[in-house]
This record gives sequence, C-alpha cells and structure tokens, in this order.
Amino acid sequence: MFKLFKIAIRNLLRYKRRTLLTSSLIAVGVMFVLVFIAASGSFKYIMIGQITDSMLGHLQVHKRGYVASIDSLPLTLNLSAKAKEKLEQTIKEIPEIEAFSPRIKFGGMFSNFIETTNIRINGVYPDKEIATIPLFPSRIKQGEKAIKKGDILIPELLANGLKVKVGDTVVVIATNKDGSVNGKQFVVGGIIESVTGPGGRDGYMHIEDAMEVLRMKEIEISEVAVRLKDFGKLNAVNDKMHKLLSEELNKQGKPIFDVRTWERLSPFYNVARMINIMTFFIKIMLISIVLISIMNIMIMAVFERIREIGTIAAIGTIPEKILSLFLIEGFSLGISGAVAGNILAIIIVFVMSAVKITFNFGRQTGMALSPSLKVNDMLFISAIVIIASVIAALQPALKASRMEPVEALRHV
Amino acid sequence: MNLVSAENLRKIYKVGEIEIEALKSVSFNVKSASFVSFVGPSGSGKTTLLNLIGCLDKPTSGSLKVAGVDTSALTRKKAAVFRGINLGFIFQDFNLIPVLSVYENVEYPLLIVQNVSAEERKKRIASLLETVGMTDQRDKYPDQISGGQKQRVAIARALVTNPRLVLADEPTANLDSKTAFMVIDIMRKMKEEFGVTFIFSTHDQRVVREVETVYTLQDGMLVEDAVREGGINV
Ligand SMILES: Nc1ncnc2c1ncn2[C@@H]1O[C@H](COP(=O)(O)OP(=O)(O)O)[C@@H](O)[C@H]1O
Ligand SMILES: [Mg+2]
Repeated sequence: MFKLFKIAIRNLLRYKRRTLLTSSLIAVGVMFVLVFIAASGSFKYIMIGQITDSMLGHLQVHKRGYVASIDSLPLTLNLSAKAKEKLEQTIKEIPEIEAFSPRIKFGGMFSNFIETTNIRINGVYPDKEIATIPLFPSRIKQGEKAIKKGDILIPELLANGLKVKVGDTVVVIATNKDGSVNGKQFVVGGIIESVTGPGGRDGYMHIEDAMEVLRMKEIEISEVAVRLKDFGKLNAVNDKMHKLLSEELNKQGKPIFDVRTWERLSPFYNVARMINIMTFFIKIMLISIVLISIMNIMIMAVFERIREIGTIAAIGTIPEKILSLFLIEGFSLGISGAVAGNILAIIIVFVMSAVKITFNFGRQTGMALSPSLKVNDMLFISAIVIIASVIAALQPALKASRMEPVEALRHV
Repeated sequence: MNLVSAENLRKIYKVGEIEIEALKSVSFNVKSASFVSFVGPSGSGKTTLLNLIGCLDKPTSGSLKVAGVDTSALTRKKAAVFRGINLGFIFQDFNLIPVLSVYENVEYPLLIVQNVSAEERKKRIASLLETVGMTDQRDKYPDQISGGQKQRVAIARALVTNPRLVLADEPTANLDSKTAFMVIDIMRKMKEEFGVTFIFSTHDQRVVREVETVYTLQDGMLVEDAVREGGINV
C-alpha cells in the first residue's frame, strides 16, 4: 500500500500546476464551508442566547390555548393559583432546571397625563426573572437595573414617543378579567431596550403591582419562563416536562399545560433553520466541486498514462492494484485539499475573532461575532471531501484497471 | 523440455467489418534456455505473435502452451499474475515508469508484482544493475538517461523476478548499432548466466547474426526453410 502511495504521490507531483490548482480549489471550498459554518454558528448561537437570555427563557409553560391567542394577552387563559402551585412543584423535581419565572402578562393603556397609548406589560418577581433571563438587566438602558415595587420599566420606543423620562409619574389603566377597569400610578423606574421577537417591546413591573392593577385576589399567571442549567439538554428537559405535566387534566379531560421550547415561540427559529438549510446546500456545492474537479483531473491522468498503464499491466500488475493506484491519487488530492482547507479556515476564523466583527440584527446593534471551529465540523467536512474524492476517482480508476494491456501498449 | 509450444496458432483482428489475419497457422517450439528470434518485415505478425506468447492477447484458434500452461484459459487477473511470475518484458520504447528512478524501476516488479523481502530485493537489484552497467546511474530518472541506458534498465527490470522467459519486441529498433549490439550482448550474457529463455522479434539484420535460432515470419506465416539453428555459435 505504502509503495502505491509513493507512486501515486509522484504521479500527482508530475503535473504540479494541475495538482496545485485542483487541491487549491478543494481547499478554498473546504475553507469557505468551514468559515461559513463557524460564522453562521456563532451568529445563531449569539442570537439564540440573546433571545433566550434577555426575554424568552429556554422553555415556557402556558395554559393550553394561550399561545394561539398570545397577541391579545387573554387574562381568561391564565393559569390558576392551583395550577401554578402544581407547575412549580413539578419544576422543582427536575434537577436540570436552573431557574423559572412566573409572569402575568396583560395589555393596558399607558398615559403621561398628556398623551395615552397602548402598552403590554409583564408582571414579574424581579429576582426570579433575572435568574431566568440573566441578560435582562443589560437591557435596562436608563435608570436602576432593578424592578422595584411601584416602578414601571417602559420600552424605549414608548419612552421616545411619549417623551417620558426616568422618574416621571405615569398611569397604567387595564381592564381585568371581569371587565372592570382599574388604574394605578407608577414611577418610571427605567427604560429598556427592545429585542426582536414576541414580547420584545413589553414593559415590566413587579408582579404584585400587576395583581393590584388587575385586582387579582388570588394569583393567576400567564406564563412561566424556564432556564436550564445546560442549554444542550433542551429537548430532553422538554420531553420530561411534557411527560410530567401531561398527566394534569382539566375537567374536560384535556391537558392543562402547554410546554414549548424557545424554538416554538420565537420567529428567529425560522432564521436559524434557514441557516441550517443554507449550510446544507453549501455542503452539497462543496461535494459537487470536489467530485467534478477530481473526476476531471483523474480522467486526464488516465488518458495521459494509457501506455504506462499498459506497461505495468503487462509486467504483471493485477487490475486491483492499478485501481488502487488511481484511487489513491484521488484520495491524496482530497486529503491535501482538506488539510489545506482546514488550515486556511483556522487562520481565517482566528483573524475574524481577533478583528471582532460586529453585526446588527433587528433592534440589537453591535453584537460581536465570535466564530469558532468545532473539531466535529472539521472532521465531518474533511471526511465528506475525502470520500467524495475517492468516489470521483472511481470511474477513471476502473477504466484504467479494465484496460487491455495490448491495446494500452499500442496507444500512442 | 519445451518452454513454449505453439500449434496452428491463428490470430484474426476484426476492424469493423474487415478481418485481418495477422497469423495464419503458426507452429513452433521453444526449448528452455534458448535464444530465439522472430524476424520479418513490418506487418509480418511479430508483435502479434509475441503478444500471444506473452499472454497479453489470446489466439483466435490453435493451442499455445507457455511453461506448461494453456494461456487461452487464463482470466485477466490470472494472466497478470502468470506474467508477473513467469515472464519478463522488454519493449521497443523501453517503457520505463517515468516517476520512478532507475533503481525503483528495477525494484517495481519485486515490490508491486511479487512480494520479495527487502534484503533479497537489494541483493538482486544491485547485482542486476551491476550486470547491465547501470549501478552509477541508479538514482537518475528515465528522462535523464540515454535510450541505450533505458533499455539496459528495462532488461534489468525484466530479469529481476527471475522469469523463465523474457519477451522482447524489437528491443533494438530505437537504438544505434553500437548500443543495439551491446543490448543484445547483455541479453545473451543473461541467458548464459541464468539460463533464461529469450524470445525477441526484430527486422534488424545487424542483430539477426547474433542469434541461435531464427524464425522468419512473412505475412503471418513461418517461412519453413528459413529456420536457422545455431547462429554464430559461441
Ligand atoms: N489491433 C490490431 N487491429 C487490427 N489489425 C492489427 C492489429 N494489430 C496488428 N494488426 C495487423 O496485423 C498485422 C500484423 O501486425 P504486427 O503483429 O504488428 O506486425 P509486426 O509487429 O511484424 O510489424 C498487420 O497487418 C497489422 O496491420
Ligand atoms: Mg511490431
């Protein structure tokens, strides 16, 4: 085998420029795919992190039916105190869960005594909320990074539109579940940055204030956001919660709870999926490049060396060895392209991280891309390229091994 | 003992509708350790005949035994293995492998075709390179040496496996007189030394005089009265 390698490599080096060209083409392809995977992966990772850590949480639990009409924030579809109790119990049984935060969501009117507009509000337990979405404090652009009783945090669009500043007194008016209207004065405690996705432009207040505005005697919650210790266990925990909570049925015998991962709550999931599909097609393109370029160079190689093939066949080289000889040439081209491509990708990704490329998405600006190459991706792409190279060399190699020595020797 | 025995060998090439009868009922025997030449003008069937003896091609009819084996029964792979073990080839155009050095070209059959131990390889190659006078050129590549030198390397390559029979199709056609004689001389020395049988074709009258047994081919037939045995005996 080693002896065949020596001959194969020497044959490749015989046409240095052609070999260099082909393996560079493969190298550039490999590099492109790896850099794309690294950059898009980093983008995806950052975006998902932003979405889950500054607003959504990893998972959410609602009353069944709530998500379908989430735009109107229906108070009638809140979870009862009893259901909340049960849910919290279940959550505490799951060790993979790091934190959770019950929220009361409602829509109301917001007034600065001059102008009035709509507002959507989350009433939360401040410490639970911050434990569940740790990036939340960083969204508070003005004011104290906390949610205090009697304060309201308003989204920056609203603050700009109504020219409200931190410390101003405002009124929030809301219709409660029974249809009666109530209002309460608040002090603007902070102005928060908007984020992409549902709930990205909501105001925040203490959950007890929310109960007061809505005149709840007993607590009823709209959703519970959940944070996991390890994001990688998302699906496992999701399944576990489904199983544990599906036993809870209402009077009609239907399950009460509706557990969803962030993917089923944020439109960014579609962007993430698009990126995955793009990555898939880029890989297909890479495979095509490898197949075509290697097949091309190997067909040329076989054609140019017909007499040589005749000679080695005549002096007793068995067809299998001739086949191997050409397969090894394809393999070597593939492996050299893959190695060079990996090295190039490592360099480029290193430079990209050093340069700190920033990007904007939706209303978030200046997020720094920190692409990193995963060993798994590198191995996988290299394996694909090498396998494709050998497959591409197969047809020409078979042709060489099946040549009749007399005819090959007669070839001029 | 007959190393090669051919009886009523016929070879017909089909080119489209046309049939070309390159050999018409050729019969002969070649004894072990002999030095045989097929002589004839271009197109007389020399290459065709040597290809048959070399198991590179199969006769249309007739029987051909080489080293006791009926060659027409061999599959492609078996024929390759048979050639690798029993035969050596010397070509008109030398046909060295361009990416291998002189040494590696001679080593090739021992490495890729047979599987000879490193020590044994070294010994055989060194002694053969010495015999053909190419020891000091061993690290050169085929494009760095002359035609005569290439043919000497090719002789060493053909003999390195200790074949029973070496086939050489017009081995001197591309060489000048002096080199041609030298090549024939080396071949004959090999025959004397190792008892290898040489069958070669030529239309080169300079060479014919050197040969023990000469068969004359004409239009695909052996010219009976032209068989000459003995040559200029040494
Ligand atoms: N592959 C082939 N196809 C058709 N005709 C061939 C082929 N090889 C040889 N011939 C013909 O067979 C005859 C003998 O050719 P060849 O054996 O090459 O003669 P020589 O080697 O003595 O010159 C010639 O007429 C030649 O044209
Ligand atoms: Mg000929």
